[in-house]
Amino acid sequence: MVTAEVAAKPKVKKEPPVVDVIFENCKGCNICVDVCPTNVLVLIKVPNKWEGYIAEVKYPEKCTRCMLCEIECPDFAIKVY
Amino acid sequence: MTFNYDEYVRTETIPHMWCPGCGIGIVMKSIIRAFTALKWDKNDIAFVSGIGCTSRMPGYMDMNTLHTTHGRALAFATGIKLAHPEKHVVVVGGDGDATAIGGNHLIHAARRNIDITLIINDNAIYGMTGGQYSPTTPPHMIASTAPYGMVEPNFDIAKLVMGAGATYVARETISKGIMLEKYIKTGLAHKGFSVIVAESTCPIQFGRRNRLADPVELMHWLKNRGVPKTKAAGMAPEELQDRFVTGELFRDDSRPEFTEVYQQVIDAAMKKENK
Ligand SMILES: Cc1ncc(C[n+]2csc(CCOP(=O)(O)OP(=O)(O)O)c2C)c(N)n1
Ligand code: SF4
Ligand code: SF4
Repeated sequence: MVTAEVAAKPKVKKEPPVVDVIFENCKGCNICVDVCPTNVLVLIKVPNKWEGYIAEVKYPEKCTRCMLCEIECPDFAIKVY
Repeated sequence: MTFNYDEYVRTETIPHMWCPGCGIGIVMKSIIRAFTALKWDKNDIAFVSGIGCTSRMPGYMDMNTLHTTHGRALAFATGIKLAHPEKHVVVVGGDGDATAIGGNHLIHAARRNIDITLIINDNAIYGMTGGQYSPTTPPHMIASTAPYGMVEPNFDIAKLVMGAGATYVARETISKGIMLEKYIKTGLAHKGFSVIVAESTCPIQFGRRNRLADPVELMHWLKNRGVPKTKAAGMAPEELQDRFVTGELFRDDSRPEFTEVYQQVIDAAMKKENK
């Protein structure tokens, strides 16, 4: 039997993932782009960065929160919330 | 959910000095996740290194850190452990630091089975000094001191330390950060001399000379050289040539640990003194 209390409980909706690249830390090595199984990330050319490149979160809606990019980034530069 | 590394990092020192795509950062992050999983208080950890790109790591770690001389990290760490047997002593180093100039300290730390955890960032080259070959540079690969290709056979570090007496030995490539973290965690918790070999990358000094300058290409090359232990068991020795075996390779909980044995010496000497 479903009690009134349980039934009234609002469904906890999981927040969609947010992927964030830290501009100052990213060295544009392309590792996160390579390891992402759903191709959320791309490497883009940017001005005013010594390395010349940075990872861009192009398709955030495809993220499955597998965390691989965050684990494999050597530079503490990518966060998946 | 995102992982918070800040507890164990001197955050004001980030971004670090390692080159784009260098594997050392991946190893450092795996070590921090292992510390976090074990809930180790940073005040109880001594984090020691020698000299090299890898040995810059203690500079970024927020704990008791010691940056010593090339190859001698294990000698300093042995002193710390004997003075404070209740503290956690962890050493990091490159393949040159740990197995060339530091090779003698390595085999004797293993022989004593002292409770120290050593994590070797094996990028198969001397990164810091300009790409000279090291004892782990694979045959035929180009180095600044091997312009026609490496002619010497390379060390299998895992076999070397197993033979010398280490009681926990594991190896994994940096392409599997989660597994690396798991082995480091087990090694840290193990009482005795533990060695975790992180097969790693130096795109600048190794990659550039071997048409593997792209960090992603180099990572794939490295990953393909690794063979998991279970798979390797069914392979012929020829098939395993130019490859390395990954996984938890050895564990022995029966051998006495050095600081415990040494405590018996201290106790015996004190008894005699007090007579
Ligand atoms: C006694 C001594 N000899 C030589 C050097 C020069 N030196 C500094 S780092 C290094 C080797 C670095 O290679 P490795 O230990 O593999 O570390 P990596 O830089 O690749 O992380 C050498 C030979 C030194 N600092 N001290
Ligand atoms: S792995 Fe890290 S440093 Fe490399 S491109 Fe991605 S976010 Fe940047
Ligand atoms: S020289 Fe090699 S080992 Fe040193 S920081 Fe650069 S990529 Fe890493």
